[in-house]
Amino acid sequence: MTHFRYTLLGRLLADPMAVVAIVIISGLVLAAIFADVIAPHDFRAMNMADRFAPPSWHYWLGTDNLGRDTFSRLLQGGRIALYVAMTAVSISALIGLVLGMLAGFGPRWLDNTLLFFFDTLRAYPTIILALALAALLPRGLSTVIIVVVVTSFSEYGRVVRTQTLSLKNAEFILAERAMGASFGRIVFHHILPNVLGPFFILAAMNLPVVITIEAGMSFLGIGVPPGTPSWGATLKDGFDFIRTTPWIILSGGLPLILVTLGFTFLGEALRDQLDPKLRKGR
Amino acid sequence: MTKTLEVERLSVTYATREGGLQALREVSLEVPAGQIVGIVGESGCGKSTLIGALLHLLPENATRTGGSIRLADEEIATASPRRLRDLRGQDMSVVFQDPMTSLNPVISIGRQMRDIQYRDRIGHAEKNDRAAAMLARVGMPDPKGKLSAYPHELSGGMRQRVAIAMAAMMMPKLLIADEPTTALDATLEIQIIELLKEIQKEIGCAILFISHHLGVIAELCDRVVVMYAGEVVEEGAVEEVFLRPAHPYTQKLIECDPGRLKRKVASLPSIPGSLPDLTNPPAGCIFRARCPYATDICIERPPRVTLTPPHWAACHHAQEVHG
Amino acid sequence: MNTPILSLRDVTVEFPGVSGLRALFTPSGQRRVQAVAGVSLDVAAGETLAIVGESGSGKTTLARAINGLVPLAAGEVWFDGTPLHDRSDWREVRRRVAMMFQDPVGSLSPRKTVRDLLLEPFAIHGMPSNGREETALRLLQDAGLGADFLNRYPHELSGGQARRVGVARALALGPTLVLADEPTAGLDVSIQGEILNLLNGIKVSHGLTTVIITHNLNILRHIADRVAVMYLGRIVELGPVEDILTSPVHPYTQALMAANPEPDPTARRKRLALRGETPALNDRPSGCEFHSRCPMARPDCAVRAPELAPSRTGGIVSCHYPLPAISEVS
Repeated sequence: MTHFRYTLLGRLLADPMAVVAIVIISGLVLAAIFADVIAPHDFRAMNMADRFAPPSWHYWLGTDNLGRDTFSRLLQGGRIALYVAMTAVSISALIGLVLGMLAGFGPRWLDNTLLFFFDTLRAYPTIILALALAALLPRGLSTVIIVVVVTSFSEYGRVVRTQTLSLKNAEFILAERAMGASFGRIVFHHILPNVLGPFFILAAMNLPVVITIEAGMSFLGIGVPPGTPSWGATLKDGFDFIRTTPWIILSGGLPLILVTLGFTFLGEALRDQLDPKLRKGR
Repeated sequence: MTKTLEVERLSVTYATREGGLQALREVSLEVPAGQIVGIVGESGCGKSTLIGALLHLLPENATRTGGSIRLADEEIATASPRRLRDLRGQDMSVVFQDPMTSLNPVISIGRQMRDIQYRDRIGHAEKNDRAAAMLARVGMPDPKGKLSAYPHELSGGMRQRVAIAMAAMMMPKLLIADEPTTALDATLEIQIIELLKEIQKEIGCAILFISHHLGVIAELCDRVVVMYAGEVVEEGAVEEVFLRPAHPYTQKLIECDPGRLKRKVASLPSIPGSLPDLTNPPAGCIFRARCPYATDICIERPPRVTLTPPHWAACHHAQEVHG
Repeated sequence: MNTPILSLRDVTVEFPGVSGLRALFTPSGQRRVQAVAGVSLDVAAGETLAIVGESGSGKTTLARAINGLVPLAAGEVWFDGTPLHDRSDWREVRRRVAMMFQDPVGSLSPRKTVRDLLLEPFAIHGMPSNGREETALRLLQDAGLGADFLNRYPHELSGGQARRVGVARALALGPTLVLADEPTAGLDVSIQGEILNLLNGIKVSHGLTTVIITHNLNILRHIADRVAVMYLGRIVELGPVEDILTSPVHPYTQALMAANPEPDPTARRKRLALRGETPALNDRPSGCEFHSRCPMARPDCAVRAPELAPSRTGGIVSCHYPLPAISEVS
């Protein structure tokens, strides 16, 4: 029926920005999945003889203060970053979706309460909240995930709430009510499909933010345990030797730049395609 | 008779995913000085595109592919932005369907009405007096007091009166009214129509009045232009066109208006079929597929058949339809 | 008249006039406005009643109050002998009372295909839709559309086509009463006729009772048996359609009918224009609420409120000085 070039994927592939995004993201995902196969060295292997080696054919991005291969560590770091990002974004998005729809569709007092709750959480600066939570919880990836969930679900909640509110009084929702549709049917069959568009855009835009939170926390020493090859940890290692061996911190920042660009491009492209008001032509 | 507005063979195309949508195809019409000309047509006929083209307010994906627009013998289709700014408000002004879109919500009515007199070298107090006098003229109660009001403090009908006052303030040569009564209740609609008639008499401007409501056009206009699918199919004096239409579309459209039927009928008339695809408009007559008069000849481009001047229709069978 | 299938008694609907903190500083009497202020009427089985009025007259709210989409503040609604006021289970009512909304496209869920939309009523009411495909197709064909529409989405339909899908959906469960809110809204004149013919046709073939809300006075004669005219949430006149159109009793009805220009340039006439605009609901005039705009108001109209009383046309009217039978104003 519908021609391929009119489907979402078809339209995305016609947009150069989306193509760049898809290439970058699939490259990163594939590199993370096949990290063990691609890595030229064991990411844990210390080679004291080759400490602070500059980039070369043997060590593509050089080595760190313990003589570990930076490129191999970055590949492993990609796994950690994607794992943290996917888990944290899924959890916070799901919580935000449920709470947002409750706030939008539920009674006025519930809306006010949830809105107050969202605003309170958002009022805290992320890094302060992260420091406080990190002080209370054991150091590790799950703490990073909890910090991200706590700081970001309210954003999904707000977006979903606004969408739900505008749909709540739409004529087609009234029509469904007049037909006797149950609360659940209205929410899941008629509201949900219409809030998912902006919701996915937000999720795509949020993925790189989460990855930088993880990197930031690891950089501050409150993220992953020492020795874990996260991108933030690599940056931290590099930071100490920035004057003598700048390539460590430079290569540590590279994947962060790529991942941010990739997902931001994807989010922008998705928004252009999903928001009819921004679509070119008719 | 001098012509305030003359549109000749105006064509506008929108770039869409499916290709170029030919929203206006060689549209020609004229607005004689001091007359009220109605444009009537259903959704998709190109009314809004025409207004957009006249005002240079077309969306980004639209291009004027040909034709000319002359306002008092001055070509404005190719006018510079600077010249256009001088023309808008001064020689040509607009009243839109929703006055909330043309009035600035955070600036008082008085200031907005003073601001449009920026070209006049008169004092603040004098501008204020003129604004209040104009508000009084359009039937606004307490005009002096209303100068400090904001648009949202007024009702829909009052806002539309303010919009008309602002449009008429600078005594334009042409006042364009784009469905100005569509959003209003019936009892307000006739008040606004009466007001437009009075304003026209007083400042002697020409009015181009766009509406889909045949009754309103019949009530207000001297002349009428009937549009269908991006073309003008018939134009003429309102009595001529409404009482003896010469284009089958006009004839069917008037027949379809249930307000015309004084007795209950078993089956209401309608025009079967739908608008042609304007990304690939059919050759020949644009109304052919829905027309009861259509014959083989209609595959050719219809001629412009003149009846009682200025009444004409774009139809091979115009004489037959005219009867 | 047959026994009424729908009876309204003093139906009142209120909305909050002010909200939030401001409500604390507003006298309790002004906190709520009455969108519908005590409407009583009966609709006989098989009859079509049209409710007309301008914006703010409460006609749409009244229709929504009948089937419980907005709560009643007071009054009673009886449908086929059962009360619809203070009711907790609406399922049975929803099956027997179908509603059509103003916006033909906007009242269809945008991410569902026409097939899904047509089958949904059956799913909602847990009814077997034997041969789903055939059911959807039959409904569609009854509404005058072909099988090629089953896979379309609402935004791919024209106004007229979407309206037909709305009609098909309303008829899916075999309702007794149809509430149609502005059935011609958003439709071009050239296809209005088709839709009204369709509505008239199904009314007869399905033996429906219909309440039509409209501001389109031109269609009244062709669809309605009786007409109720509303102003500020109250009925000011109710009577047989032909009388309402040609020999109105209430000055407001007369002004409303006269405010409808005809597509005939020779019919231009100086008409009795109403002064001003409809007052706000929280600022109702004293006495007769129409006196502030009435061209025939006398001093006592501002003091005494008229009651609905039988009119010369066999309907009812609320006016101290109803218009005489020959009321052609030249």
